[in-house]
Amino acid sequence: MRAICFYFQVHQPFRLRRYRFFDIGNNHNYYDDFANRSIMKKVANKCYLPTNQLMYELIQEYGDRFRISYSISGTALDQFEMYAPEVIESFQRLVSTGCVEILAETYSHSLSSLRNKEEFVNQVTLHNKKIERLFGVKPTVFRNTELIYSDGIGEMAAEMGFKAILTEGAKHILGWKSPNFLYCNAINPKLKVLLKNFTLSDDIAFRFSNRGWPEWPLTTEKYVKWLNAINQKQEIVNLFMDYETFGEHQWAETGIFDFMRHLPKVVFSDSNFQFLTPSEVADIFDPVAPIHVPYPISWADEERDLTAWLGNELQDDAFDNLYSLADKVRLIDNPDILRDWRYLQTSDHFYYQCTKWFSDGDVHKYFNPYDSPYEAFINYMNILSDFEIRLNQVYNPSSDNILTKTKKKTSVFKPSTIIQPGSELLMPENVVVPKKAIRKKIVKKIARKK
Amino acid sequence: MFGWEFPPHITGGLGTACYGLVKGLAKHGVDIVFIVPRLFGDEDSRSAFLLNASDVEINERNFSYEEYWKHISYYEIGSNLIPYVTPEDFKSMISESSLKSKSKSENIFKAKYKFSGKYGNDLYEEVSRYALVASVLAKEHRHDVIHAHDWLTYPAGIAAKKMSKKPLVIHVHATEFDRSGENINQFVYDIEKKGMEIADRIITVSNLTRNIVIERYGINPDKVFTVHNAVENIGDSNISQNKGFPEKLVTFLGRVTFQKGPDYFVEAAYKVLQKDENVRFVMAGSGDMLYRMVRRVGKLGISNRFQFAGFLKGEDVERLFTISDVYVMPSVSEPFGISPLEAMRSSVPVIISKQSGVAEVLKYAIKVDFWDIDALSDAIYGLVNYQGLSKMFRKYGREEVDNLKWENSALNVKKIYESIIVH
Repeated sequence: MRAICFYFQVHQPFRLRRYRFFDIGNNHNYYDDFANRSIMKKVANKCYLPTNQLMYELIQEYGDRFRISYSISGTALDQFEMYAPEVIESFQRLVSTGCVEILAETYSHSLSSLRNKEEFVNQVTLHNKKIERLFGVKPTVFRNTELIYSDGIGEMAAEMGFKAILTEGAKHILGWKSPNFLYCNAINPKLKVLLKNFTLSDDIAFRFSNRGWPEWPLTTEKYVKWLNAINQKQEIVNLFMDYETFGEHQWAETGIFDFMRHLPKVVFSDSNFQFLTPSEVADIFDPVAPIHVPYPISWADEERDLTAWLGNELQDDAFDNLYSLADKVRLIDNPDILRDWRYLQTSDHFYYQCTKWFSDGDVHKYFNPYDSPYEAFINYMNILSDFEIRLNQVYNPSSDNILTKTKKKTSVFKPSTIIQPGSELLMPENVVVPKKAIRKKIVKKIARKK
Repeated sequence: MFGWEFPPHITGGLGTACYGLVKGLAKHGVDIVFIVPRLFGDEDSRSAFLLNASDVEINERNFSYEEYWKHISYYEIGSNLIPYVTPEDFKSMISESSLKSKSKSENIFKAKYKFSGKYGNDLYEEVSRYALVASVLAKEHRHDVIHAHDWLTYPAGIAAKKMSKKPLVIHVHATEFDRSGENINQFVYDIEKKGMEIADRIITVSNLTRNIVIERYGINPDKVFTVHNAVENIGDSNISQNKGFPEKLVTFLGRVTFQKGPDYFVEAAYKVLQKDENVRFVMAGSGDMLYRMVRRVGKLGISNRFQFAGFLKGEDVERLFTISDVYVMPSVSEPFGISPLEAMRSSVPVIISKQSGVAEVLKYAIKVDFWDIDALSDAIYGLVNYQGLSKMFRKYGREEVDNLKWENSALNVKKIYESIIVH
């Protein structure tokens, strides 16, 4: 039997507040609590809660025949815990049915895979811990931020013990090949690679409510007809999309919920497809070939590359500045600093600084709280400057025991205004200071850089 | 006296200068009727002659105005004339004015449209209407001298002179060449030239400007006098700002436009940062070159030491000065430039371009050619690193600027009045 594999990305960044030049060194609260809270409440009510309810009902109706998967970023989970704990509960209820798989990713939905392997591994580990604590499951399939993937990133995921990874079925990677098969990593063939069928995914995610689209309105019957039209030899259709598609990008009035409610019924009655989760796909099917991806791809924009986050002068400079601090951060055990370090890595901050405003400009605008990429950059760099100042106050290469030295100095900081009781970032067992020997090595490395 | 802005409704240095001058003249016993086109006011021309006392009493910097106002009457004239407005300033003006009168925003937008490049019929109308009002005022109010500030009020000055036959002084704060480089607007140039020709005396804010008036407008040097601007003495201000970082702060403050030379500041910042990491740069202000500057800073990879503070005004300016270690004004063209004086008043050492009028009056300031990035970065590095230099500049700069009093400038203006008053 052929398989439909549904995967939904659930992510919310910690949006930054308007941080003025005069705040640098004086105010260490970076987050727009009001915006984060109100957006979270809004999206929870419009999307997360009703869609989770719908999915739960579908699972109840079709038993274990209806199966789906999610990846939920750590920053989203933290904000659920802070502002909308009922969303966590509804996800827990979904996971407890056994028909829902949770995927691994980086804690802060970051671009660390492109720059700093150690930080990347740390973030994945942190996210794993959070998933285990909240849902009692251990993810076996990895989904990198915004489906960013390359052979090297796949290799890292395989090293961490994941059996499969999700990415975009980008045309320039596939060429004549079809995304509707299982592939494997070019370096480590043990890692299976699932490719998004972007045509069928975007029919739902982007085009569903577009009245200018010749196929509007999209009905379940029409959609299943398209599924059936796929060559019988092709085995898997990977439908990957933002979870916010339901109720938020496509409002309830567009009929998106009704579409989803009826989809399984029609699939079961009119086609030879079944629903599987990514790990089941990886177990059941055999990869047909390795897929070569020498340069990173993503699911963003027309180009399917990294240019939504990196590439212009602003983004590159901000990104370089951010990761130039990584070595120092490794020596710090201050939970406030570590938390801000993770939240500042969220890819959205770089997305706001994007200057390409052509065909995908609308999408960018929709998600962007800033008037211009320049404002986004200025604001981000002001915050990063403050972060660096704090870091330098705490960082003391001559001391072996950071804790005693730093206590005095950190007292100038105001206590953090956001409290996240549950955040993995604040749990003592997750704050690890490198051993003496490694420490010395890092200190030397930093000194050499200067 | 004809001006077009007066504190607190100011968009740049001009209003501040008029205010300082008026206060200085009042001290010397000169009675003044100050007329401004009402920026956001009523359109009814009948209301033009209303004395609006509540407006004038708004005081910005803890001054007692009362004694000065004994000598000064303040008029507002219905007009939608807004001079010298960059889109950014305009935005902030709009937001200010919309609080006061929403119904007038349409007119303001009209005025903006004119100033964004096309000088259409409305502007002629405004200027001549202002002139009309001026002639009526000249009839109603007894006076000895007419004094007009910058080109938009020259026709008013001329009209008043025709009505009352009193001598006319025009005050050149900037010329069309300062505003537009070589691509001057002929309409503006013609008004300027006509005003200068008819005037009995011309006051320029610097010798730099005086030379432009003589050479570019062909004016007889004998009637052109330089009276340098000054700065209000604020005493010890109680504004404080905690500096949140250990690095020395080098500040640029002004419109981010070609005229002000922000690009030279960025390049110099890059040079300094190659040598010395313990410096931080800030660019405060907005303008049509801002985004290009942001990109350049990103490209040079110095954004962790180069911040943008946006458009600042009022107290924020002084807060910035209190934490600044060096103030830089690399203007390509600057008739005078009051802001370095404001920085020195706050004990901040300054670096100014030789192409600014203020360079003529300052001893304790480092002067460089605006294009000489090496000299500029040398100067920044020196002021940041060598205590002796910065200490000296701090101390004597403050003294020097405290001696630049509006009273003194006003006395010179008064002498010019006296030389032409017909008894």
